[in-house]
Amino acid sequence: MIASFWRNPHARRLGISIVAIAVLELMTGPPGNSEAPTAGIRESFLEASSFFGLFRTARWVVFFFVAILMFAIWTLLLWKGSRIRSGISSVLAAPRAASQRRPVRWGVGLALLVLAFMMPHIETDPFWQAAMVEQIAVYVLLAIGLNVVVGFAGLLDLGFVAFYAIGAYTTAWVTGALPTPPPFHIHFNPFFAIPMAIGIAMLAGIILGAPTLRLRGDYLAIVTLGFGEIITIFANNLYGITGGSQGSNPIPHPSLHLGPIHYVWGLKPVPYYYLTLTFVVIFLVAFSLLEHSRVGRAWTAIREDEVAAESVGINPLKYKVMAFAIGASTAGFAGVVTASQSNQIFPSSFTLQFSINILVLVIFGGMGSIAGVVIGALIIQTAYSFLLHSPPQGYQPADLYMYLGALLVIMMIFRPAGLVPSRRRKREIRLSESGEGHMDEVLTGDTP
Amino acid sequence: MTSDLIFDVQNVTLRFGGVISLSDVSLNHKRGEILAVIGPNGAGKTSLFNSLTGVYQPQEGSITFFGRNAKPISIIGKKAHRVSTAGVARTFQASRMFSALTTFENVKIGAESHRGIGVLGAMVKGPATRRGEKMSDARTIELLDFVGLRDKANTISASLSYGDRRRLEIARGLATNPQVLLLDEPAAGTNPAEKIQLTQLIRKVRDEMGVSILLIEHDMKLVMALAERLYVLNFGSVIAEGTPDEIRANAAVVEAYLGSTTSDAEELK
Ligand SMILES: Nc1ncnc2c1ncn2[C@@H]1O[C@H](COP(=O)(O)OP(=O)(O)O)[C@@H](O)[C@H]1O
Ligand SMILES: [Mg+2]
Repeated sequence: MIASFWRNPHARRLGISIVAIAVLELMTGPPGNSEAPTAGIRESFLEASSFFGLFRTARWVVFFFVAILMFAIWTLLLWKGSRIRSGISSVLAAPRAASQRRPVRWGVGLALLVLAFMMPHIETDPFWQAAMVEQIAVYVLLAIGLNVVVGFAGLLDLGFVAFYAIGAYTTAWVTGALPTPPPFHIHFNPFFAIPMAIGIAMLAGIILGAPTLRLRGDYLAIVTLGFGEIITIFANNLYGITGGSQGSNPIPHPSLHLGPIHYVWGLKPVPYYYLTLTFVVIFLVAFSLLEHSRVGRAWTAIREDEVAAESVGINPLKYKVMAFAIGASTAGFAGVVTASQSNQIFPSSFTLQFSINILVLVIFGGMGSIAGVVIGALIIQTAYSFLLHSPPQGYQPADLYMYLGALLVIMMIFRPAGLVPSRRRKREIRLSESGEGHMDEVLTGDTP
Repeated sequence: MTSDLIFDVQNVTLRFGGVISLSDVSLNHKRGEILAVIGPNGAGKTSLFNSLTGVYQPQEGSITFFGRNAKPISIIGKKAHRVSTAGVARTFQASRMFSALTTFENVKIGAESHRGIGVLGAMVKGPATRRGEKMSDARTIELLDFVGLRDKANTISASLSYGDRRRLEIARGLATNPQVLLLDEPAAGTNPAEKIQLTQLIRKVRDEMGVSILLIEHDMKLVMALAERLYVLNFGSVIAEGTPDEIRANAAVVEAYLGSTTSDAEELK
């Protein structure tokens, strides 16, 4: 009976849809307890839930409807998928062609920039003003930095948080907010911490990168994972230097006194937003120039075939270390913003989770595509802020990673090169799927 | 040693655990010569190339490369990219291109890799950087013309035919301004017409650019037509050396080929 059901493709799709949605239902449902272990399961189906805001009914009704919807979309995609896809791409053809033209690109970029600068005036809600800096601008910056490492140079870095922590602790150090005295016993203004944090983060990138970037693929991932952990454990255990788990002393707000210009960053998030936005723009311009330069081409060459790259005189280690240091600079800056804005830093805020979050932004947006990574970070971080601001009924913060994971799985099926893929990456994925190119070889760490 | 050499290989032994890939190999390559290395599969030809280019590090022996102005450079212990900078270019047995890039970009990477990095220069695009870019572009076009790939400049390299891939690899190698070009089975996978073109191209590289050629090839017709001198490897050792005519008459060589594949031995005769 079941076997014949399974052989029917329609029935199979329906079955898979219902099972998938039932799993989702269970996982988003209330937790059980030791008294009644199955209560959670029962409640997951029976608890009342809003039917898309229309009326309230048992959860299973809503979820059954969603399963039918999933089945319908799936069937539609199979049936008319290629027609739909070609329809979409013919609609998109004109904007896509326009996006290739220089003036259009500059125009759109400028318009978005103006919009970004107007944002604090458009949205005056204090929650959103804070989110604009803490959740969005800083993450956009981090994503474009990690993109240099992962997207351009093809290095899987799971320890990006290390450089963020180094930036934050450098800020605390030079402003005199750590138990160790600041350099030369001068309490620097956090404004000067910016170049110092960027410099020290880059230096750390070189010091950590030089010995370890000889490793390839998964080995590198494991070692970078170690970095992140080591840095936070250091911060936690070196009580006399970092203040240990109690965190730093209060960090002053930055201020700028340049001749007649006096500007003080206070408790309000908006000035930090403008500061961060300025750096986002600087990094964006620098990185896109870099991408289309000799350095960018050398990264591509190394990513595609390291042995061939070496055979034409490219020193892979040098370029990898460079990518690592350049990526680290954005994390160093982000560390300054976080440290000086939040006033105090704790080792516990620098977790593996953080590194993975940034990596998710890069993968979602499109590795190696600057525009993609920015858009990806904007979408995910805005959505995340919405969940923080007004969580929908039934949403539990613990479920966040389940949704993110599902999103990534769906992405990998339908758009494996990301939301706005880089042209080169897209080609690479296609080539390695058809068995050409050496992408997978580099990933498995094979030598010639 | 004398400076009319480009490579001087003395008593090189290369081992991988218990496997001996090269055993006490000595050979020399004269400047401006088209030299071939032949031998059955697994004889150690590619291992020799990898040793000459810094990819493998032999445990014993010495490899001296006489670079620009005949300056002697010891290869063993050098990294592959340093060997390339010194003036050794190569192609690979299974062609290795930057597959997702165009033909033009592939060659340009070769043309510009020898200049300094200069992150700031690359980001700011100052006049020096722009001049450098222009020079690399011009050189790339020139080389694509030279190998006959000008009309495929904007083709993604993965969609090139085998013959074109070989030319691309040659152009990319030449872009690094080498003194010597090492070709690992350049005719493998190409059709008879492409083979003839390839033979002409290799000769042109030596005659017009003055680049010495070291060639590994299974196609005996091609080898005998091109090479001025040959070395024969078998089980990691040099078993014969001489002109094409001498090699044809050498009993040990015929024996080695009879030991592997008869068709190769017949080709040899
Ligand atoms: N990286 C390596 N690791 C282990 N053994 C190797 C390696 N490279 C080559 N060899 C061994 O060296 C021998 C010679 O191989 P190779 O130089 O590729 O021969 P050829 O190019 O003449 O066909 C073979 O036995 C091969 O298995
Ligand atoms: Mg070989």
